[in-house]
Amino acid sequence: MAQKQELLGIPARPKSPFWKQKGFHLFLMLLPFVFLIFLLNYLPLYSWRLAFYDFKWGRPDELNTFVGLDVFRSLINNQYQFEELMQALKNTFGMSGLHVLTLPLPMFFAIFLHELRGPFRKTVQTLTTIPNFISWVLVFSVACAAFTVDDGFVNRMLIHFGIRDTGIAFLQSENNVWMTMIAWNLWKTMGWSAIMYFASMTNIDPELYDAANVDGAGRWARIRHITIPCLIPTLFVLLVLNIANFVNWGLEQPLVFMNQMNKPHIQTLDVFLVTQGITGRNPATAMAVGILKTFVCLVLVFGANKLSKVVRKESVF
Amino acid sequence: MLKQKMAAKDAAFYSVSYLIFGLFTLLCIFPFYYIFINSISGNDLSRFGQILFYPKDIHFGNYIEILKLRGLGQAAWVSVARTVVGTVSCVLCTAFVAFILSRKELMFRKALYRYFIVTMYLNVGIIAWYINMNMLGLTNNFLAYVIGVVNPFNLVLAKTFIESLPTPVFESAEIDGAGTMTVFVRLIIPLSKPILATTAVFTAVNQWNAFMDTYILMTDSKLYTLQYMLYEFLNKNKFPPIDTSGIFDPSRVMTSTSMKMTISMVVVLPILFVYPFFQRYFVKGILLGAVKG
Repeated sequence: MAQKQELLGIPARPKSPFWKQKGFHLFLMLLPFVFLIFLLNYLPLYSWRLAFYDFKWGRPDELNTFVGLDVFRSLINNQYQFEELMQALKNTFGMSGLHVLTLPLPMFFAIFLHELRGPFRKTVQTLTTIPNFISWVLVFSVACAAFTVDDGFVNRMLIHFGIRDTGIAFLQSENNVWMTMIAWNLWKTMGWSAIMYFASMTNIDPELYDAANVDGAGRWARIRHITIPCLIPTLFVLLVLNIANFVNWGLEQPLVFMNQMNKPHIQTLDVFLVTQGITGRNPATAMAVGILKTFVCLVLVFGANKLSKVVRKESVF
Repeated sequence: MLKQKMAAKDAAFYSVSYLIFGLFTLLCIFPFYYIFINSISGNDLSRFGQILFYPKDIHFGNYIEILKLRGLGQAAWVSVARTVVGTVSCVLCTAFVAFILSRKELMFRKALYRYFIVTMYLNVGIIAWYINMNMLGLTNNFLAYVIGVVNPFNLVLAKTFIESLPTPVFESAEIDGAGTMTVFVRLIIPLSKPILATTAVFTAVNQWNAFMDTYILMTDSKLYTLQYMLYEFLNKNKFPPIDTSGIFDPSRVMTSTSMKMTISMVVVLPILFVYPFFQRYFVKGILLGAVKG
């Protein structure tokens, strides 16, 4: 354009200096938010340095001594701590793994509910999504209302019908903790996760079903050969997201449900960080574990994205 | 013959489906009903497990009595304040950032967008976050609840939406002398109402339900939220003293059971009230999220 103008003998308009340009003004308007995000989301990286010091709460920074990789080494050398960390790792992987296994359940929930018609379907859809919007504290309150020894509905029923004389302390039990956690998670998220599949189902070409009907396909054949294959991509996206967040599984839920009895089986990595670092006295250890976790998490995000690119030729993130 | 067989199969399918879905729905709803009937029944009855399926000796005194519990009124106030302030500021600021980022003229546009989006995946660890908040003076500070005004998820949604709006409208407005702020307030906000409503509903629910930030950042009981108070009651059995003066009827004196049930109800009621009206926004939100994957 400028060249053309010069050829035509019109002098090119001098480019205005950058501080007079619109783009720069917009940039200035954005600057406060850039700064805020820096403070809240990027500055925490600076405190990672404390993992290389023997820092304790309430001690001024200058008094911390540099210990190099000692904190990381002690993760393995300190046997008691190592065992607790390994247990936390096991719990995280166990519950996260179980969670991944339950991912297809909302899909089947959606498929079967879709077969029903009328107000019943609408009602089920509305009512089953409510638990998703209550907090974990409230889920725990519901759990208490259902299962505590003195107030719990289940215990009251057992006593009411003379099956037992005293209540069972379900919530203090150390048996089947992983399963129980996954069950609560399902209770909370099932209806909501199904909505995503409902949305995908409305995108399925109705002609596919018509063609199947002409060919004499029954309900099961339609579900197996049309609905499920059409929903697999959605399931796959969720799977990838869950793999990316595999080590992040469980902070609020286990923390709320945790008590002295079930602690060994419910303490996930994130809860370990809180109990060691915030409420406990090993902030340096928790910091070191947190740093390792961040890197593992990044690897998983990139790995899961790569997987998605290979399988679906499309990146998720 | 074949048709009869099909019909029988159909009937079996429908009855099993209705049964299973009916049971699951009941499982989702009954706990709330149970908590509710226990909160309005005679307190002596609920204490001794007499209330199972329907309320007895109905009274609503508990909902007034809990206001007398130490710290509860304050907690309700903090919860409401953070929900209102946090939602309004987050929705407006996120929309503003999205609007600026959608402008083609913006300097370093691509890098800036990445800078905001990366925060979605950058999980620095809870200790680093705590130390940072402490350093910024945001522990025991109400500001900590509402300072996260740019939400990357909502940013993606809002930016996608704003970019789909017809740009000639803004350009002609700017030629007519409207500044960026004017365009944002007079054009962008009214035009992107649907997306703003969706993000607002999600943000409000998250703010109301938030628990971890109080747990980790706040030691001052003046800044406790309702969620945190409920947690303390349930998990640590830390009950505030009950003021029984002036009440002589045992069915009206608060017990730990009635207290737990009533507070749970107070915490869940806003969600139960709001949900049916805003369901379409929730659904819209998940659909938009699903498109971005």
